Amino acid sequence: MSILVDKNTRLVVQGITGRDGSFHTGQMIKYGTSVVAGVTPGKGGMKVEGVPVFNSVDDAVKETDANTAVIFVPAKFAVSAIYESIDAGVKLIVCIAEGLPTIELVKITAFLKDKDCRLVGPNSPGIVSAGEAKVGILPGHIFKKGNVGVISRSGTLTYEIVDHITKAGLGQSTCIGIGGDPIIGTKFIDCLELFANDDDTEAVVVVGEIGGRDEQDTAEYVQKNFKKPVFGFIAGKTAPADKRMGHAGAIISGSSGTAAEKVRVFKECGIKVGETPAEVALLVKKTLS
Amino acid sequence: MKVHEYQAKEIFKKYGIPTPKEKMCQRVDEVIAASAELGLPCVIKAQVHVGGRGKAGGIKIAKTEQEVKEYAKQILSMEIKGLPVKKVLVSEAIAIASEAYLGIINDRTAKKTVMMACKEGGVEIEEVARKKPESIFKVYADPLVGLLPHKARQIGLFLYDDPKIAFACADITSKLYKMFIEMDSSLAEINPLVVTNSGELIALDAKINFDDNGLQRHPEIEAMRDRESEDENELMARECDLSYVKLDGNIGCVVNGAGLAMATMDLVKHFGGEPANFLDIGGSSSPQKVKNALEILLRDKNVQVIFFNIFGGITRCDDVANGILEAKKELNIKQPIVARLTGTNEDKAMEILKEAGLIFAESMDDGAKKAIELLK
Repeated sequence: MSILVDKNTRLVVQGITGRDGSFHTGQMIKYGTSVVAGVTPGKGGMKVEGVPVFNSVDDAVKETDANTAVIFVPAKFAVSAIYESIDAGVKLIVCIAEGLPTIELVKITAFLKDKDCRLVGPNSPGIVSAGEAKVGILPGHIFKKGNVGVISRSGTLTYEIVDHITKAGLGQSTCIGIGGDPIIGTKFIDCLELFANDDDTEAVVVVGEIGGRDEQDTAEYVQKNFKKPVFGFIAGKTAPADKRMGHAGAIISGSSGTAAEKVRVFKECGIKVGETPAEVALLVKKTLS
Repeated sequence: MKVHEYQAKEIFKKYGIPTPKEKMCQRVDEVIAASAELGLPCVIKAQVHVGGRGKAGGIKIAKTEQEVKEYAKQILSMEIKGLPVKKVLVSEAIAIASEAYLGIINDRTAKKTVMMACKEGGVEIEEVARKKPESIFKVYADPLVGLLPHKARQIGLFLYDDPKIAFACADITSKLYKMFIEMDSSLAEINPLVVTNSGELIALDAKINFDDNGLQRHPEIEAMRDRESEDENELMARECDLSYVKLDGNIGCVVNGAGLAMATMDLVKHFGGEPANFLDIGGSSSPQKVKNALEILLRDKNVQVIFFNIFGGITRCDDVANGILEAKKELNIKQPIVARLTGTNEDKAMEILKEAGLIFAESMDDGAKKAIELLK
């Protein structure tokens, strides 16, 4: 077992004819993901990497039974791409595109409320269930099937930590990049709720960073509700206040959202925190073996 | 993106939010002319992108012509938290009966737009939220229908007992919300919102920050950017599609991805070094981008060692390697370069760089340690 994506995932790629869309379609297929359709309005009838292209997500879902969408379109088309997939009845949308205005996420979140559909991202590197399926841009070769769940607000830092976990002789159940924006579809706690019921996940690593108070809320949730061991890493201990550190959501405003505060709350709630990415993997290994 | 108070007030005016009679000036003689027009006493306010202007002496009330001249000279030649004051706002002096706080942000946890009101004006709202959270009154807007009139009235009635003032406040609240949404703001504050001696509401100060992700659809806001008051290197980085923030250390970091870039700075510090900067070259980086990154990094004269930490995914290590080679040729780089390149095409990268005189690192830890060692 694993969460969110697996062998039953039937993927439609929005923006499949673009440079990133077509390249990563090839990579996802190589990993074993069943990519059943692509969408680029006006290019229906084409094929990319052997995958049929449709003019709309609606057509793609009707023809291929796609249940998951991944979005590679440029930022200014990404908002409407999300709505299109929600309307077409897709159950999971992974938005790789970044640069979406925050207020649009406020609206999308409200629109999603009574629908049977989950959004991951935007600005997400994607999701990998090791040995099952890969949706997004995470490099497949660093993963190994195992029992550690990983949830992260960033991209390459996730690779770094996953790589350490693999090199420590462990493996991953599912790894989710939830995205670095201030408002995102799926948060740490949403993922933990799924991991709680996943028999294959024995421990979870939460990779957070400066900005907001998602990590603090997560820590309190873990202390109250989550039975499996949780490990943490927080990036941005040396980040100055009031400066956006790349991610739109990675900003310390005033004195709130600092790494020190997040580390403190993690520890207070029983989450073991690694000082470095390498140390996180060692902590997990020590506990699981 | 931040704008100055005078720019924020121009936007307020467009939305019908009352502001004092004011004029932005850049020279002492302009200040004198403005004060003559607005009458004495008048307020001279420094226009810089930092808080705490008042405490730093950047806001003065001038009662005489002599004082106008003196304060204008003083403020226009001062620095506040390292930023030179190049503009001031000259404002009519308002007789204040009471002060309050009115603000709006997108609440990350609730995933909704929230209006915040506090009966104390001129406060640092995050400070209040920490110490006296019960004194902040919050009203959430419905994302799909907006801020309904009765919700705006709740704010007005919370702040003011006099219904006439409360409803005027509700009107300002609705206008502020409309502006916030239409302009893709990330923060808007009227702090303080004051009741004058004659019972009118007026936005004495104004602050608006804009969502960087919304700027693409608001060229008119991008045009308000005060390039002189932003860090030159950060601006240059933005134009090259890089993300850069200067710090005070001497180990220059070049990394792909924001999270890893922060973790790299932290790691340098963890092993006893001092990072010189945050620098994210982003995904799918071309050799040119790497060259631009090094150019920006080296404008900081404190940089004594350069540490590349690349985990290739979309980013190809051979692209980074070619960028390093080109930059070494063109920029006459004297500082030693420690390179940790792993992931996509790392073998090709090693091949490209084998004669380049770099110091290679096996891992992130190894790279940080080697960079620190070189400084000894």
